Amino acid sequence: MIALKNIIKKYTTKNGPLTAVDNVNLTINQSEIFGIIGYSGAGKSTLIRLLNGLEQPTEGEVIVNDLKFSHIKGKELREARQKVSMIFQHFNLLWSRTVAENIAFPLEIAGMSKVEREQRVQELITLVGLEGREQAYPSQLSGGQKQRVGIARALANNPQVLLCDEATSALDPETTDNILDLLVDINERLGLTIILITHEMHVIQKICHRVAVMEQGRVVEMGDVLEVFQKPQAPITKRFVSQLTGTEDTNAIFQNVKEHYPTGKLVKLVFVGERTEEPVISQLVKQFDVSVSVVHGNISQTKSGPYGTLVVHIDGASENIKKALQFLHQVDVQTEVISYAN
Amino acid sequence: MLTELFPNVKADRLGQAIYETVYMTSISTIATFILGLAIGILLFLTSPHNLWANKIVHFLTGALVNIFRSIPFLILLVLLLPFTKMLFDSIRGPNAALPALIIGAAPFYARMVLIALREIDKGVIEASRSMGAKTSTIIFKVLIPESLPALISGITVTAIALVGYTAVAGVIGAGGLGDLAYMHGFQRNRLDVTFVATVIVLVIVFIIQIIGDVLTSKVDKR
Repeated sequence: MIALKNIIKKYTTKNGPLTAVDNVNLTINQSEIFGIIGYSGAGKSTLIRLLNGLEQPTEGEVIVNDLKFSHIKGKELREARQKVSMIFQHFNLLWSRTVAENIAFPLEIAGMSKVEREQRVQELITLVGLEGREQAYPSQLSGGQKQRVGIARALANNPQVLLCDEATSALDPETTDNILDLLVDINERLGLTIILITHEMHVIQKICHRVAVMEQGRVVEMGDVLEVFQKPQAPITKRFVSQLTGTEDTNAIFQNVKEHYPTGKLVKLVFVGERTEEPVISQLVKQFDVSVSVVHGNISQTKSGPYGTLVVHIDGASENIKKALQFLHQVDVQTEVISYAN
Repeated sequence: MLTELFPNVKADRLGQAIYETVYMTSISTIATFILGLAIGILLFLTSPHNLWANKIVHFLTGALVNIFRSIPFLILLVLLLPFTKMLFDSIRGPNAALPALIIGAAPFYARMVLIALREIDKGVIEASRSMGAKTSTIIFKVLIPESLPALISGITVTAIALVGYTAVAGVIGAGGLGDLAYMHGFQRNRLDVTFVATVIVLVIVFIIQIIGDVLTSKVDKR
């Protein structure tokens, strides 16, 4: 288990003091994939570095694997770090070493014998799917392959926790998905706790169980991914969610619809879990004598089930529209009226 | 035919001079490499936001480097004569030039080491720390290997400068090709001796440069 208690991290910069992390409390469960999302400068990089002692908090306690990372030093801290690995946005491989030698580096640090090292490296190469590239240098690898080396290196000493610092932000979408699949696979097979920071909602949606949203050093929202997607509270969370559902750029389209169909209502429906598979719209049309036209739709798969949004234009007698909206509410579909016509 | 062209060049004396120059250059290059590397690493690690960040040590080391780098070599040579006498009980011969050669070149090389180390990606050092590496591991397995091409090209430049310094050291009787060119060639108006000595110095410089270039490209896997 990982716990951050009342964490404050202040820096002194040329422009005066800066609070990078402001009173953060977090508990992360074993074998969980926990995401921290925020824009750059939100303090998430500092936060993740508190978890392996690369940064020390100004105030508060960091507990990882029952060790107070905020209060240990020297040899004890170095040994503790072997169980809390990290992968990086820019991979941070040693260019002077081959793939195999890069993966062997943490084993050398841990003091493993050469024979054992070679065997362990081979296991890791197979685990991350880099067979045949053992003797290549990082400069000869693609971005995705480099991150695989990074992951193999991070897993070398059988850590309990894997920290991912924007691990897919330098990769193209397809490679990102491959690396995310690999992370899920590792999480499920080895029971490893994964904590990742990112600015891409896609990453959170695809692999995280729980998410924390950070803004200006504070955690403004936290919960199960599906729940946060369904009912985002903070404005920044709403922005991140709309980044994914694609409703960010569609306001102009909504405006257009409003002009062409001055009557009726423009409604955004949010479906979660099984609701995504039910014929809600056709029920609506049959039962309430309203016409429904689809303006925009989107569905995405999260770790805990599908999540869909649908923007529809409902037209008909205003009494019927009202009843229709009530029906939607009853069947547990979230509704949000975007604009009132008339 | 050669004896007609260069009547005053004596093979044994020339051989002795080449040996002395190569001896002085190689010993001082090796010592400069070790000393300059140590000072350069110290400068790097004590710089702000680094592993041993320490303003006082960084400032003092930097000041010392700058002082010794600023003293003209000939003056350094003379200034160090008492020290040399204490060390070798003599101020003549190739050994007598070594302290001045090393003390003159090491600060110069230390600066180049610092520049080379600064070029290393900070993320690689951070990654090593996140794996639980000790500072000594970081020095020997990250800093030196990751900056090796720049360290080698730096020592190549330094070694070539040292060949030049050995010629200057000839003035205090250190021997070598500089001594041969100046004392035996120029002073006695035997220009053929000066010419041959110069050509051999050039050959030595070219050989050092070629070795340096080959090694640099061999270790560079970027």
